[in-house]
Amino acid sequence: MPLRSMYEKIWEAHLVQEQPGQPALIYIDRHLIHEGTSPQAFSGLKVAGRKVRRPDLTFAVMDHSVPTKDRHLPLVDTIAAAQFEALEWNCREAGILLFNMQSPNQGIVHVIGPELGLTQPGLTIVCGDSHTSTHGAFGALAFGIGTSELEHVLATQCLPQFKSRTMLVRVDGHRHPSVTAKDIILTVIGKIGIAGGAGHVIEYAGEAIHALSMEGRMTVCNMTIEGGARAGMVAPDETTFAYMQGRPFVPRGKDFQIAVDHWKSLATDPGAVFDRIVELDAAQIAPQVTWGTNPGMVTDVTGRVPDPGSFADPVDRKAAEGALRYMGLTPGTRLVDIALDRVFIGSCTNSRLEDLRLAARVVAGRKVSRTLKEALVVPGSMRVKAQAEQEGLDRVFRDAGFEWRDAGCSMCIGMNSDVVPSGERCASTSNRNFEGRQGKGSRTHLVSPLMAAAAAIAGHFVDIREWKLEASDE
Amino acid sequence: MQPFIKHTGLVAPLDRVNVDTDQMVPKQFLKWLTREGYGRVLFYDWRYLDDGKTHRPDFVLNLPRYQGASVLLARANFGCGSSREHAPWAILDYGFRAIVAPSYADIFYNNCFKNGILPVTLPEAEVDELFRRTERQEGYRLTVDLESQTVRDEFGLKLSFQVQPFRRECLLKGLDDIGLTLRFGERITAYEKEHHPCAVMYEPVTAIHSKPA
Repeated sequence: MPLRSMYEKIWEAHLVQEQPGQPALIYIDRHLIHEGTSPQAFSGLKVAGRKVRRPDLTFAVMDHSVPTKDRHLPLVDTIAAAQFEALEWNCREAGILLFNMQSPNQGIVHVIGPELGLTQPGLTIVCGDSHTSTHGAFGALAFGIGTSELEHVLATQCLPQFKSRTMLVRVDGHRHPSVTAKDIILTVIGKIGIAGGAGHVIEYAGEAIHALSMEGRMTVCNMTIEGGARAGMVAPDETTFAYMQGRPFVPRGKDFQIAVDHWKSLATDPGAVFDRIVELDAAQIAPQVTWGTNPGMVTDVTGRVPDPGSFADPVDRKAAEGALRYMGLTPGTRLVDIALDRVFIGSCTNSRLEDLRLAARVVAGRKVSRTLKEALVVPGSMRVKAQAEQEGLDRVFRDAGFEWRDAGCSMCIGMNSDVVPSGERCASTSNRNFEGRQGKGSRTHLVSPLMAAAAAIAGHFVDIREWKLEASDE
Repeated sequence: MQPFIKHTGLVAPLDRVNVDTDQMVPKQFLKWLTREGYGRVLFYDWRYLDDGKTHRPDFVLNLPRYQGASVLLARANFGCGSSREHAPWAILDYGFRAIVAPSYADIFYNNCFKNGILPVTLPEAEVDELFRRTERQEGYRLTVDLESQTVRDEFGLKLSFQVQPFRRECLLKGLDDIGLTLRFGERITAYEKEHHPCAVMYEPVTAIHSKPA
C-alpha cells in the first residue's frame, strides 16, 4: 500500500470516475450555497431542464448582501432583495434547507457550516466562494467554485477536477501569546507569495498548527486561497473531535465513536511525500500588518512601509509603487505610525467567538480613539452573536465605542451598506486588501483581531505584544 | 457554450501583475441575477470616473487604438482573488475571446474554459515580447489557434502554447460539461449506493425546511 497524504486519501475515496487525460469526477458531500453566486446556476439548470440531484446535501444561507442592522425593516437595497428572493424561491422549489435572515442559525456560510457540524473530516465540500478553504481546518477537502461549477454540482452532485499537487506547510515552535493564527497565515503568504500555492493543496502541520483551536485552524485554512492554493487542510485530532461532538449534524453515541475512528484514519501516512515543503518557526512570527494591495504585501508590525526601489524584480517594484500610490503611503513610514479611520472586526476569517473574546480583552475598560470615524464588530453568525452576548462581550464593545451588529459578510466585501468611503483607511480582520475591496478607493490593512482592537483604541497600529492583556486560557 | 477554434483579433495590453477579480467586476455588480451584461462594468473602477459613465482617458482599454480589441494581453497571476465567475463573463461580454498571460489563478483559469474563453499560457519572455510589439505597432493583431496550439502575428512571430488536451477538446467542440458528466449517471448512482453520502440532522435546526415542489 503506497504512502498517501490526507488529500490523496480523501481524493481517492470520492472518485466516481477516472480516465487518463481527463479530469476525474469527484463526488461532493456538502454543497453550500449563498445568494451571490447561485442565481445564475439555478436558472441555467432550469433552462436545461435539469433538477437538483441531492437537495439533501445542499445547504443555503444568506450572507453576502445582508444588512447588519435594522433587519426587521424592509430592505433598502432592492437589487440585493431580488437576490434573496431568488434564493428563497430556488430553495423552496428544490427542497433545499435555507438559513434566511430570520433564522437564529444564519451567518457567514463558512462560520455556520462548522458550527452546525455540517463540516466534517474526510468530506468533500464546495461553495461558490473562494474562502470555502476554511472547512479544510477539519480535515475536509473544501474549495471554492465558480457559478458554472455550482450548476454542475446541483445537477450531478459531482465535479470534474484535475488532481492537485501537494504542499506541506509545517509551523513548529511556540508563538508569542499575542501572535495569532491570523499572523501565522499572513506570514505564510508573505513567504510563499499570493501565487505560491497555485496548483497545490496545502496541508498545514507542525506543533504550532496543532496547538491552534479549531477556530484558529479555520483562520489559517480560510486564507489559503490568498496564497493561490486550491485548498488548505489540517489533519483531524482530539481538538477536532471535541469541537464536533454534539453539533446538530454530527453522529451521536456509538455512531460518534465509529465516526471518530474513521476520521483518525485520514491523517497523512508518516513518510508520505509532498511535492513541496515550506517550514516556519512560530517563535519568529510577529504580529502582521499588510501595507499594500494584496495579502502578500505584508510585514511585521515593527517594520516599515517598504521602498519600492528595494525590490529586485522590476515587476515587484512597479507593483509596489502602484500599491503605495493607491494606499497613500510613503516608503519608510513605520507601520505603528499609520493612523486609521475605521476598524472592522468580522469576516469568515476572524469573526468567531474566540476572535471576539480576544478583541474584547484588548478593549475592556478602554475607549475607541476619538480620531476614528467608525469601529464595527460583526459576529460571524447569529449563534456567535448570541453566545457573545451571554458572555457580555457586546457590552464590552459598546462601552468602548464599537458598534455591535448582526451577522454577515459586511465590511469585508462591502456588498451591504457597511462600506469604507474613498480615501479612508481601515484596519480589518478580513482576508483581502485589493483596491476597492471594502469600497471604491478604500484602503485596507489586514490584521488579527487583537491588532484591530488595539488599533481602534490607539487610533493607529501598535505592536500588541507590548500591551499587557489580562491572562486567559489561550 | 460557443466553441473556440481559431481567433484573430486586435490585442489590448493590460500591463499590471496580479490583476484580481475584484478589479474585473467590483462587488456591487455581483447582485445581478443574469450572466449577461457585465461587459459594461469590466474593470469598472479603472475604466470610469466616479460618475460611472465618463471614461478615464488614460486607462488603456479606453484608448482609441484599443477599441474593438478581442485578445487581452496580461501579466502573471491574472485573475487572482475571488472565485466570482462574473469576471470571465465580463471579459467575454466586453469582447475578449482569448487572454494571453504567463500565469493565471486556478479558479479564474477554470472559469474561463466554462465560458468559451481561451486562456493561453506563454513564458514571461514571450509575453514581454508581445507587450513590446503591441506597444510599438498600432493595430497589432494576433491569431490564437487552439487546433495547432499556436499564437501568430502578421510579422512572422509564431509561438506555441501548452493546454491540457481534454480542456482543449471541450473548448474546440463547445461541449457542455454537465452533459458530459451525466453520461456517467449510473456510476454516480453506484457510488451513492456504495458510500451512502448523507447529511443527517440529529437535532432540529431552525431554517426554512421545504419539500421539493
